[in-house]
Formats: sequence, C-alpha cells, structure tokens
Amino acid sequence: MNFRNQFYRVGVALLPGLPSLLAALTTFVLFMLFLTVQGKPAWEACQLVVQGAFGSAFALESTLQRAAPLMLTALCVALPARAGLIIIGGEGALVLGGLAAAVAPLWLPSMPTLLMLLCMAFSAMLVGGFWIGLNGWMRQKRGLNETIGSLLLSYIAIALFNQLVEGPLRDPASLNKPSTVPLGDDLLIGPISDQFQVHWGLVVGIIACVLAQILVRNSVTGFSLQVVGGNVRTARMMGLPVDRLVILTCVLGGACAGLAGMFEVAAVQGSANAAIIAGYGASGILVAFAARQNPLAIIACAILLGGIEASGSLLQRRLGLPDATTLILEGILFTSLLAWEALTPRIVAWRLRLNERVIQAQGALQHG
Amino acid sequence: MADLDLATFFLALLAGAIRVGTPFIFVSLGECLTEKSGRINLGLEGILVSGAMAGYAVAYLTGSAWIGVLAAGGAGLMLGLLHGAICSLPRVNDIAVGIALMVLGTGLAFFLGKSFIQPQAPSLVAIHLGGWSDDERVRSALSINVLFFIGVALAFVLSWGLRSTRWGLMLRLVGDHAESARALGYRPVLVRIAATAAGGFLAGIGGAYLSLYYPGSWNEGLSSGQGIMAVALVIFARWQPLRCLWAALLFGAAGAIGPALQSVGISSGYYLFSAAPYALTLAVMFITCRPNQTLSGAPGELSLTR
Repeated sequence: MNFRNQFYRVGVALLPGLPSLLAALTTFVLFMLFLTVQGKPAWEACQLVVQGAFGSAFALESTLQRAAPLMLTALCVALPARAGLIIIGGEGALVLGGLAAAVAPLWLPSMPTLLMLLCMAFSAMLVGGFWIGLNGWMRQKRGLNETIGSLLLSYIAIALFNQLVEGPLRDPASLNKPSTVPLGDDLLIGPISDQFQVHWGLVVGIIACVLAQILVRNSVTGFSLQVVGGNVRTARMMGLPVDRLVILTCVLGGACAGLAGMFEVAAVQGSANAAIIAGYGASGILVAFAARQNPLAIIACAILLGGIEASGSLLQRRLGLPDATTLILEGILFTSLLAWEALTPRIVAWRLRLNERVIQAQGALQHG
Repeated sequence: MADLDLATFFLALLAGAIRVGTPFIFVSLGECLTEKSGRINLGLEGILVSGAMAGYAVAYLTGSAWIGVLAAGGAGLMLGLLHGAICSLPRVNDIAVGIALMVLGTGLAFFLGKSFIQPQAPSLVAIHLGGWSDDERVRSALSINVLFFIGVALAFVLSWGLRSTRWGLMLRLVGDHAESARALGYRPVLVRIAATAAGGFLAGIGGAYLSLYYPGSWNEGLSSGQGIMAVALVIFARWQPLRCLWAALLFGAAGAIGPALQSVGISSGYYLFSAAPYALTLAVMFITCRPNQTLSGAPGELSLTR
C-alpha cells in the first residue's frame, strides 16, 4: 500500500515532464529515420550530436557560447508573453542594440574601461528596449497587432542596420566585410577564465533569466502581469495600469535582446557587421516556446539548442553531413515539442486523478 | 542627375515589378487562403525554400521544368499539411509552429539540396511580348514568364471563388466564425488543414519560380525573405486576393527600385528601399488600426486579431 502511494506521488511529480520526454523520444526516432532513409549512419550521428554538444570541454564551451545570446533573445519573447503578447521581433532589437554598443565608444567622451562597458551595455539596452517597447506602445495605443508589428519592425531594423553599417557608420578600412570601427582591445569582453573559454554573456544571460523569474514569480509586478495576461478586463477592473505593464514587459524584453547584441559585438565579432544577423531572434522564439515562457526553463532550453548547433561541425568533420543537419534536428525537435503540448489538458486531468488516489491511500492508511 | 534616363528607370521598374513580384503573387495568395480559414502560417519561408529546392531537383532529374513546378507545389503541400495537422491539436500555437516549420523546411531544403547546387536544371521559358519594339530594353522588360499570367488568373479565380462559390463561402465562414460553421455541419478543422495545405502548394510554386526562372538556380541564399514578406503583404492587402495581386506587384517594384536606381547610376539607399514594403505595411496598419476594433476585412478567427 505504502509502495503504491509512493508510486502515485512520483507520478504526480513527473507528469508535467511527460510532453517534453515524449517530444525528445519522437525527435530521436524521426531524426534516426530521416538519416537512415538518406543512407547515413544514423546511430553514429546521434552519438556525435551528444558528443559535439557536451562530450568535451571544448564542445561544452562552444555550446554555452551559443546558448548565451539565446537566453537573452528568448527573454524578449517570454517577458511580453507574460502579459499575453507574442513578440517575434527580437532579432531587430539585437542588431540595433549591437550597433548602439559598437558606436557608443566613438561618440561618448573617453572614460575608464569598466564605465565605458557599462555605457555600451546601457545604450544597447536602451535601443533594444525602445524598439520592442515601440511594439507594446503601438499595440496599446492603436490596437496594432504586436506579432506582425514586431516582425515588420525587425525587418526594418535589419535594413537600417545594413544601411548604417555600409553607409555613414562604416569603417573605411573594412573593405570586403563592411563593419563599424573595431572596438579597442580594452573594450573586448574576454572569456570568464582561461580554463573556461566562454564569454561573460553567459553569466549575464543566466542572471537575466533568474531576475526575470523573480520578477514574474515573486513580485507584485509579476502577479499583476499574470492578471493582465490572463484577462485584460479583470485587470482593468482591478485598476491595474495595463498599458504601462504591457509596455514595461516589452521594454525589458527588448533590453535583453539588445544586450545580446552588445555581447555579440563586444565578445564575438569585435565590431558591428552583418555577421551578428545570425538568426538568434528566431532561435530565441523557439527556446521561449519550448520553455513554455518560463525564465528558468529558458536556461536549459537555450543550452540544449546551443548544443545542437555546436554539434554541427563535428557531424560535418566525422560523417560529412551538411550544416543543415542541425537545422533539421532543431526543426523536428521544436515541432514535436509544440505538438506534444497538446497533451497538457489530459495531463492536468491525470494529475488530479492521481492526487485523489494519494489522498485515498492516505485515508486508507490512517483508518486501516 | 542630368543624364538620368526616366524611360530606362521606369522600364527597369516595371520589368522588376513583374519579375520580382511573381513569387509574391503565389506566396501571398497561398497565405491569403490560409488566413481566410482562420490560421496563420509563418512557416511559408521554409515552404518557399523547400519548393525552390524540390522544383530545381526534380526539373534537373526529369529534364522538365514543369514537372519541377508540380513537385515544388507537392513539397509545399506536404509541409502545409504538416502545419495544418499540428495546429489542429488542442493548445498548439500556430505562430510558434510556423517558426519551427521555417527552421525545418529550410533545413530539409539545404540538406537534400546540397548535391543540386552545381548542376544546371532546365529553366522555365518566358513569353516574349516585346517583339514589336526595336528597343532592346523594352524587349527584355516584356519577356514575361508564364507563371506570372497563371498567378494573375489565379488571383481573379480566387477572388471570384471566395465571393460566390459554396466552397469560398464555407472557407470564409470557418475563418470568421467557426462555431457557426460547425452548427451548419461543416468541420472547421478539416477545412483549415485543407486551406493550409493549399496555401503551401501555392507557396511551393512561388519557390519554384525563384529557382527555375529568376534568379534561376538553386543555392542556399536564394530566398531573400519573400515568405516572411508575404505575411505582411496579405495584411497590407486586407485579405483580398485581387489586392494581393496589386500589392505583390507593388512589393516587387519596391524590391526592384534599388537595382533600377543602380541602372541609372544611383547606388545609395539600397537597403532602405528593400525595407520599404515593411515600412509601408506598418504605416498602413498604424493608420487604420483602432483599439477595440480589428482590422477591417480580417478573418474573425485569426489569432492575430482576437
């Protein structure tokens, strides 16, 4: 009897993870099937994905390096999602934030390195926050749909970025790869330590996710957001400042994406150029949805996605598989994660039933 | 500026509008059909790229460009079907599925298309309507692909079909109010899956135009976001097939304005012109949207407007 009780309890605890588990399993089967049909060594490829993502210190560094911007761009989706908005324009905030960080040292008076880095981060967050905040404002003031609005604004941002980098802000010395003037050596953000060659963006990304978790779970603002996201009319009846809350989440999300741009510029590229338009925005959307808009889960999902992307080079070297293999794996993974989400209502029902069993079993123990 | 040749400029613009706009016609009509049923498919970009690859590969293998076009449509149909089926499950967000499909479609196209980057497939032929002119520029501007005419005809057919056929009315009913459709005995889920699949078919053909006519070869940088732009285009056109046609030509012209300006010696501002359609759509949405009121013409069940 007691054993059975334990079994039910474990079931109640583990049930919410069931869709993710099933999605992983589906992905594994479909990916193997695809490679087998293509006549490629499927089992070996799967092993190499794990090895290329987490198998060595070098692989882990590469994984985490890629995960860092994804955490920040995913927050750009997850924070507005708390207020019921679907923002898909993080890429635009990222590139403009990166550009702002790249030109800040040129335009600001010279100051100590640390202060300058803070100024760069601040300007990146300001620009990114403004760009996504604009979406929130247009939605609240004009009823303009934020999903399409952010998509459009993102493409406008990328065009603006290209125009500025190839035009007025171009470093004349950058010949075949138009860039802004490279950052001074002192402003380049180095690795966390010599043994751990991952830039500080990872730490900032994790901190941002933790702060976001505290904001949405443990603060009054977070509670208000939940009301706004659940039912706007209730929120208005309660007298919550709906417009301000919505725009706040957009600004915070945009600031995170802008910060991601700053790290791409200062820790990876060394200047703002077209290489920072790498699809971090779209990957961030997938990470946020896979994490079900939960900031702490974003950390894990970003690392998973970073790992898949990092394993591409190993697949190419060992098995001669094209880069696109990781895209396919990503596509299958996220499609099945979203599809298995359909199980959620059932799981709620199953959990309730299991909970009842636990209570019944306890009752039986006490009375029996 | 003295030698700015207006005739050259406008000819280049017209030719560009048709040449660049044709894939927009197909992709936007496809998206229009999907959105009319109450779903949004953001994965059209992936479908477009898959269609381009499938069309090119099959045209190369069979030696017939038209079989390639059909194969492209078939590839689009399959991906559209996948999107439609997954979004029919409860609690699945169609926007997120679209983005996942974009990644999957692009990945499949790049993976399977790797071996087709080098060989030259037969391309679609153009109809030369400019034979009456001695001017070389006029003749090149008026050599127009058959798919353009098919696209124009399709816009008229869809416009008529949505307005005055039983199928069209049912599709619009499902998109505007699924409950009423259910009450009349239709099954909204099946209608939506069919509409998304049909939309995928058209988007795939748009992709085949890219790889088989203009630019006319398969490579991984083939699409410049036409699939994404089509989503904006449909909103710009307020969900009406005929307006989709004009908007596609307008967007094509906006994409062609940079190269057209280059043809008369102005080369700055290229990127800003390419973003003009996005800015235009945003401006139109900003002007016409009101709080507490959806865009006029928007299907009522669309997640964008609820």
